[in-house]
Amino acid sequence: MSKPKYTIAVTGLNAIDSPGPGLAVIRALKDSKSFDVRIIGLSYEALEPGIYMHDYVDKTYQVPYPSAGQEVLVERYKYINAIENIDFLFPNFDAELFNYIALKERLLNDLGIKMSLPTQEQFEARHKVNLYEYGKTHEIKVPFSQMIFSTAEIPGVAANIGYPLVIKGKFYDAKIAHTAEQAQSHFNKISAEWGLPVIVQEFVHGSEVNVCGIGDGEGVTLGAVPMRKLYITDKGKAWAGITLDDEKLMEITTDLVKNTMWNGPFELEFMKTDKDEYYLIEINPRFPAWCYLTVGAGQNQVEALVNHEMGMKVEPFENYEVGKMFIRYSHDMIVDIKEFEQISTVGEL
Amino acid sequence: MKIRKNVAVSDSGFLFNPLTGDSFSVNPIGQTIISSFKENKPESEILENILEEYRVDKNTAEKDLNDFKRMLENYKLID
Repeated sequence: MSKPKYTIAVTGLNAIDSPGPGLAVIRALKDSKSFDVRIIGLSYEALEPGIYMHDYVDKTYQVPYPSAGQEVLVERYKYINAIENIDFLFPNFDAELFNYIALKERLLNDLGIKMSLPTQEQFEARHKVNLYEYGKTHEIKVPFSQMIFSTAEIPGVAANIGYPLVIKGKFYDAKIAHTAEQAQSHFNKISAEWGLPVIVQEFVHGSEVNVCGIGDGEGVTLGAVPMRKLYITDKGKAWAGITLDDEKLMEITTDLVKNTMWNGPFELEFMKTDKDEYYLIEINPRFPAWCYLTVGAGQNQVEALVNHEMGMKVEPFENYEVGKMFIRYSHDMIVDIKEFEQISTVGEL
Repeated sequence: MKIRKNVAVSDSGFLFNPLTGDSFSVNPIGQTIISSFKENKPESEILENILEEYRVDKNTAEKDLNDFKRMLENYKLID
């Protein structure tokens, strides 16, 4: 039987030291055994490396920043889709998800573009600013956190949770503060970059363990692979990691998917304490940049998700290889200025 | 003393704990002790084997075995 060929568009082509998940998603798609794929890259800036990686990305289009609004985005997709006839779209940035969730039905009905996303309620409920309440609702330990709008609020929160504490941006970035001065400095830096509110979170000592998985929207975990970061960059990103055999973590994950009826990809970030307690510190409603490790461990979750959204029967993965590692590396590409010129001026390459 | 299930030790003395993702290198005597614990051998027998195999007095061997057990505990390699 011949395989179908899908045209799949992917954002997050910034394969830098804090990489977007786009290239990992693309590699997983290229490894698919059940379909062939044409990859359409969607970029925000002309120096995103994925634009120039022609072995992975067949054609790239620049798309407007999320702040440009939904109508501008739809107009851009009308143009791209008239040329490419996109079957499926993977938005991979937290900051762009709000728009895509709002446009999900419209992009599907008007342009035939499918996406796998959480509902608006699921998206909002797991937001960093709501995570503490979310944990209470779903009986998961979550470090106490509070959103603040000015440095004047820091002493009040610190009196409650003590130092060290964690200062987090609403979308990205987290810094540990050991003193009031550090907390103020982190607040100023993070709020300048990511805006307000800023989140102050109780510090939990332990090792960070993450889970990459997919939910079918009806309470079933179609796939889940836990990983511990072995090497962390100064931005807190994993540069190497290893898959774990952790039954308790898998149980917490499947319970969460069941209780929330999670739909689509997710990354759960936990701190595991010395007493083997798990504190949920973040839920990312998208594939993480390390998601290609799940392919290496025997679960091509990206492929499974596409098949699920295409209406095929997808059986949940039952196992994965423990002790599989990823080690990231950087790589200098040589690029002709003509290519840079084309993406910069025409917005396509 | 029971070594945690799934903790694997290779012939080269490389030890991997799949629960935590930690890995270690152990020398031949450490490897023998871990294998003996995995086979549920009593500590008295392990100590006896060490005394037979190595030129060491009983007190030192006992103390070193206890230190090694504590290390296994600290690294969460035993149940």
